[in-house]
Amino acid sequence: MKHLFNFLIFPGFLFTATVGLVASWIDRKVTARVQWRVGPPWYQPFIDLVKLSIKEITVPKDASKPVFFMAPLIGLSAVILSSTFLWLANIELGVSGFTGDLIVILYLLTIPSIMLILGASASGNPLAAVGASREIKLLLAYELPFVFALMVPIIKSNGLLKLQDLIIFQAANGAFVSNISGFLAMIVAIFCMQAKLGLVPFDMAEAETEIMAGVYIEYSGMLLAILKLTKIMAMVALPLFLSTAFWGGFSILKYVALLVIIILMRNTNPRVRIDQALRFFWKKMTFVAVIAVLLAILGM
Amino acid sequence: MNLKLKALTKSLWVYHLCVGGSCNNCDIEILDLLTPRFDIERFGMMLVGSVKHADAILVTGSLTLKSLERVKTVYEQAAKPCVVIAIGACACGQGIFANGPNTPNPVDSVLPIDIYIPGCPPKPEAMILGIVKLIGKLTGKK
Repeated sequence: MKHLFNFLIFPGFLFTATVGLVASWIDRKVTARVQWRVGPPWYQPFIDLVKLSIKEITVPKDASKPVFFMAPLIGLSAVILSSTFLWLANIELGVSGFTGDLIVILYLLTIPSIMLILGASASGNPLAAVGASREIKLLLAYELPFVFALMVPIIKSNGLLKLQDLIIFQAANGAFVSNISGFLAMIVAIFCMQAKLGLVPFDMAEAETEIMAGVYIEYSGMLLAILKLTKIMAMVALPLFLSTAFWGGFSILKYVALLVIIILMRNTNPRVRIDQALRFFWKKMTFVAVIAVLLAILGM
Repeated sequence: MNLKLKALTKSLWVYHLCVGGSCNNCDIEILDLLTPRFDIERFGMMLVGSVKHADAILVTGSLTLKSLERVKTVYEQAAKPCVVIAIGACACGQGIFANGPNTPNPVDSVLPIDIYIPGCPPKPEAMILGIVKLIGKLTGKK
């Protein structure tokens, strides 16, 4: 019963969704102000979801229906589960979690992208297929440096694989980001977070102007609302994960700082091509991440 | 006003459909609505790329024979409830192409149009006024 409450209401679905809706409003408002516009009112993301959920769900004739319907639901439940784990690790010190939950969360945060690929491929639309292929390439691109970057906290803490142990270790020995290796790893992880969220420099999978929302193109109504909600909740879960793994646990100030970095990066960059993104992640970011791992092994 | 109607009118995502023969001037004026001077995102309106996400279809241009079937398909694919707005002289009547051999059908012979915004091209202020009138029509208020 307590687990169900945790999953559905307090740190899980309802709470994370509320925080995410506020965060996405801040994102849209700041974007508008940067472009010298006024921007939407505070309830806009919420009312968008309400409107989408009362609309008709259209299903393409060529679609594989079970996959088309199940993919958004599985993606949403994965992101709810990971955010529940992350909040509990930060709130209930010394009680929740298990050895290896860092790795579990790493996998859970990949599931929304994979489900998006499956759902887009199941819809039978050529533009969705282009979007899915771009999403696959992007997934391959950012997972490699992201895993390397996450090896740094594990090496520096002598092999702790539990989020709470990492928080306690950082409370005793200082946050990893204050060392040079942790700092480099954090920079790599921030770029990977931007790509995982599918925001502007790396939004080629849903490029509105070239492939008409790409992976989302055939989704409408409630299913589109679920996909939007997944993205909004990932905007809470990923900064939370980064501040837990590198920055000594959650605080509102750290979350706002990471959100500001996301919004500024999104507003000051054009969309890159998929080959540029692949080159950026596999050459530059992986290089920096490997240097960070080597420095961590040397103890710096 | 109930929540459903409020949600629909406060978050109107528009899809931009140019039906064949057109000089694209109305399309450029529609893009003006997104600029800082007018900024329709403050009313919750967004331009979307796929008709399946749209709540309103903005039709511009005069309907050619080639695009007739495609326009029908696009409207059938839209997720209902979905309103149709005709923008510009060509889409409202047939404009300068009224006697053209390739554009024999007016747009409203194919699509159920909810509001007409005339002009060649209509000013952005006129489009905003048109959408205000449309929302008044949907909610039943003057």
